[in-house]
Amino acid sequence: MYEFDIEKPSTVEAAVAALADGDNMALAGGQTLIPTLKQRLAAPEKLVSLSGIDSLKHIGMDSGPDGDFWRIGAGMTHAHVALETEDGNFTTLSRVAGNIGDPAVRNRGTIGGSLANNDPSADYPAVVLGLGGTVVTNRREIQSGDYFQGLFETALEEGEIITEVHLPVPEISNYQKFVQPASRFALVGVFVAKFADGVRVAVTGASEDGVFRWSEAETALSGDFSASAVEDLQMEDGHMIEDLHGTRAYRAHLVKVMTRRAIQAAV
Amino acid sequence: MPADGAIEGGLGASNKRREDVRFLKGTGNYTDDINMRGQAYVYFLRSEVAHGRLKSVDTTEASAMDGVVRIFTGADFEGVGGIPCGWQITDRFGEVMQEPAHPVLAQGKVRHVGDPIAAVVADTLEQARDAAEAIEVDIEELPAVINMKDALADSSNKVHDDLTSNLCYDWGFVEENRDAVDAAIKGAHHVTTLELVNNRLIANPMEPRVAVGDFNSGTGDHTLYTTSQNPHVIRLLMGAFVLGIPEHKLRVVSPDVGGGFGTKIFHYAEEAFCTFAAKACDRPVKWTSTRSEAFVSDAHGRDHVTKIELALDKDGNFLALRTDTHANMGAYLSTFAPSVPTWLHGTLMAGNYKTPLIYVNVKAVFTNTVPVDAYRGAGRPEATFQLERVVDKAAREMGMDPIALRRQNFITEFPYATPVAVEYDTGDYEATMAKLEDIADLAGFEARREDSANRGMLRGLGVNCYIEACGIAPSNLVGQLGARAGLYESATVRVNATGGLVVMTGSHSHGQGHETAFPQVIADMIGINPNMVEIVHGDTAKVPMGMGTYGSRSLAVGGSAMVKATEKIISKAKKIAAHLMEASDADIELANGEFSVAGTDKKVAWGDVTLAAYVPHNYPLEDIEPGLEETAFYDPANFTYPSGAYACEVEVDPDTGKVTIAAFAAADDFGNIVNPMIVDGQVHGGIGQGIGQALLEQASYNSDGQLVSGSYMDYAMPRADDVPFYTVDHSCQTPCTHNPLGVKGCGEAGAIGSPPAVVNAVVDALQRAGHDSITHIDMPLSPSRVWSAMNS
Repeated sequence: MYEFDIEKPSTVEAAVAALADGDNMALAGGQTLIPTLKQRLAAPEKLVSLSGIDSLKHIGMDSGPDGDFWRIGAGMTHAHVALETEDGNFTTLSRVAGNIGDPAVRNRGTIGGSLANNDPSADYPAVVLGLGGTVVTNRREIQSGDYFQGLFETALEEGEIITEVHLPVPEISNYQKFVQPASRFALVGVFVAKFADGVRVAVTGASEDGVFRWSEAETALSGDFSASAVEDLQMEDGHMIEDLHGTRAYRAHLVKVMTRRAIQAAV
Repeated sequence: MPADGAIEGGLGASNKRREDVRFLKGTGNYTDDINMRGQAYVYFLRSEVAHGRLKSVDTTEASAMDGVVRIFTGADFEGVGGIPCGWQITDRFGEVMQEPAHPVLAQGKVRHVGDPIAAVVADTLEQARDAAEAIEVDIEELPAVINMKDALADSSNKVHDDLTSNLCYDWGFVEENRDAVDAAIKGAHHVTTLELVNNRLIANPMEPRVAVGDFNSGTGDHTLYTTSQNPHVIRLLMGAFVLGIPEHKLRVVSPDVGGGFGTKIFHYAEEAFCTFAAKACDRPVKWTSTRSEAFVSDAHGRDHVTKIELALDKDGNFLALRTDTHANMGAYLSTFAPSVPTWLHGTLMAGNYKTPLIYVNVKAVFTNTVPVDAYRGAGRPEATFQLERVVDKAAREMGMDPIALRRQNFITEFPYATPVAVEYDTGDYEATMAKLEDIADLAGFEARREDSANRGMLRGLGVNCYIEACGIAPSNLVGQLGARAGLYESATVRVNATGGLVVMTGSHSHGQGHETAFPQVIADMIGINPNMVEIVHGDTAKVPMGMGTYGSRSLAVGGSAMVKATEKIISKAKKIAAHLMEASDADIELANGEFSVAGTDKKVAWGDVTLAAYVPHNYPLEDIEPGLEETAFYDPANFTYPSGAYACEVEVDPDTGKVTIAAFAAADDFGNIVNPMIVDGQVHGGIGQGIGQALLEQASYNSDGQLVSGSYMDYAMPRADDVPFYTVDHSCQTPCTHNPLGVKGCGEAGAIGSPPAVVNAVVDALQRAGHDSITHIDMPLSPSRVWSAMNS
């Protein structure tokens, strides 16, 4: 690591003020940033730790004009999200959170940190996009469709901090992750959610453009929520990632397999 | 309960590993735990390109930075020896191999990503890193030599400009058999051919390498603390060939070492550097490898590309075997690299079978990659994999049962001289195969397959045999084969006045449980509690001489040396006991820690005799010296030959290609067993690494020579849920005939025997599912590869 200062404010306002200097960086759970610093791939003047901000640590059900939703503070660790949603109406979320990384990662990593980083193989982007969730910042509310903008790219602007995430509760849902053998990130992860007004399918891990919605599958499933509905669909592989762990064709194939399995597991 | 007359916790007892208490409680003493007063830290600036001409290394600015003690470059090592190679191969034309220079820090060229260019010694590690970033390196990048066949085809781009080509050697074995093998294959009823890759692996011991150099300017004594499997070998190689320090002025200490798997056998540049720099800077110098550094500086393993042909008659009898292998040496010759694809590989090609004619050709090739050397099994896994794969393929091609075909060709009479120059002393391959059929419940496979099919999974069964060779020896033979070292072991047994023993062994424990198993051997000989025996290892100042631990040699060779030394102790102790009891030496018996006079009720306790040896008031001083300490060197007459039969059942997910190991059984013949629990553990670990090789692990270079799998994000290590609960059995025991314990060695068998079982099982699963054209998939059998094979 290069030398840096660290500040640990207790309010979002103070954190935003501390981040005003250009070279300062926000530190959430640090599961990506700390390894990056160790490799000397980043050189912030100051790290602004968000871990002392109590207002980012909450989780609970709420309801709005569009129905029930989970309101999750950005500072909630994966372990806490898994624990708090274990019982109740949205156990899929608990299973997703409880299968991110390993216990050490889950006890440090936060939902806000994961969404701000937007790793193309992370699980939470598929959840948020698959539910049509909302990312709330200190300045505004951003719909998931606008929020994710490609590999490690989001709608967040300078000085903008995620404060909470709103996740609508679907009728049924499921997430299927086929892990990359080494990292155990998603080689392909598919989140399927059925709402009263339609089905959403979000895919992580597969695309060079990051998390995306499989609109053909959504259309097919909105009419017939069954595994056979996606059988004749063909995922285009042009934008798929190709690397040591799988070809484009393999990833495209897995998208369909994981979608099918998610439907089977959901119903 | 121990057998009548045997001691509690002696031979055959599953004593819990005493060393684990300190390992688990965090009270071990690893090299990184060693911190010297005033020590400085070294950071190695490593090449980021695979191949390039080093035009200049400017350290001017960096040298002036805060905390920098001194910056070293290749120029500082001119006039200093290079890293030596410990084995010289003679090729099939009678010429010695091409042996390039291996400077401590790069001189003239960089030859692989990770090749050290400069070393910054500073007060803190961060200061050293800061300064390393300020070093200006000018490299003229050259095309990387990566693919072995391309490297041989094009001699215009050489890894080493002063060699004639990228060929290290072209080895033929047994060269005199070549024509007869060719003729037998040409005229055979059936020839099965298989081309395969034995994938390049990175050992990844839990503890990365560490070196601390210390120099006493008052006495001129050097000390190196290092993560080595063989400190005496490092002392010899580094002292004699690199730095010119005689043994009596150089101490090498390998304290607790957290796993080696072969990659900590070798003498590395970082060790020589820290020893050299400690004197040059007159302060201790410490280096601790990061995990990232380990990927590009620890010697890799395997990396063979092979074509194998097996000729059979119409009844399935093996007639001849021919192999053609390209073996990757990497950019430099690591310590024992040349021996791995040759003497540790070619000599095993007979396997468990009485194939009369065998010819092995190996071309060793230099490439712009990290040096490749021994990794758990070292040559024997490569031999076993190709042989057991080609036998399996031959059975399918000839419509024969793969187990029956193996049985039909088993060697059944011992000793057996193979056509590849070794003589198996004992074995019973039918016994281990029968045991395997039982413990793996092969008769129940069909029912399990149907159960898998009902769940939509493709189940397959893979069976194979293995033979391996442990305790490489004898020294006069290995010398003829090109070894630049002897392969004996030494032990000193020191009995203290009150009866406790300290055994100083040249073997080194880095996970094997020597501190538990070795005392069982000694205590059993005397009839005392194993807790009265302490094992000392890993320090050249404490242990007279040693060749270290690798090749599953510790018990067979090191243990035998202990037995020899303990026999001397007992012989002398009996003389003392005879004096104390006023009897004749010949009438003295030792049992349960008591000396007695045969046919009388006269007895004297072990402790009374040992006390007499050091307080010799009533002592035969005219006949023997006081004290009770003996040393023995043991040089084995032959290798030992463990063998066994393994079965793997897999489930293949037809939708994703993911392979799950459903069951794994191992029936091994290790000869006599000292501690069955430790043997179980060794087999479990070996199979785990074999499954890692078969399904997960791959050191992958791109054409630019960048290591694509350079971290755990892309290099897949086996995790607990990748492996099943193993069924292991070692009740088939044909004791080794030429060492005093009748033991064979168990450290590598699992890693040798398991990869072909896994691949055989996957091919079986796919063929049963109608994929008749899939006769082989190269390791690792990742989901992507298996799916691609099913969908091509």
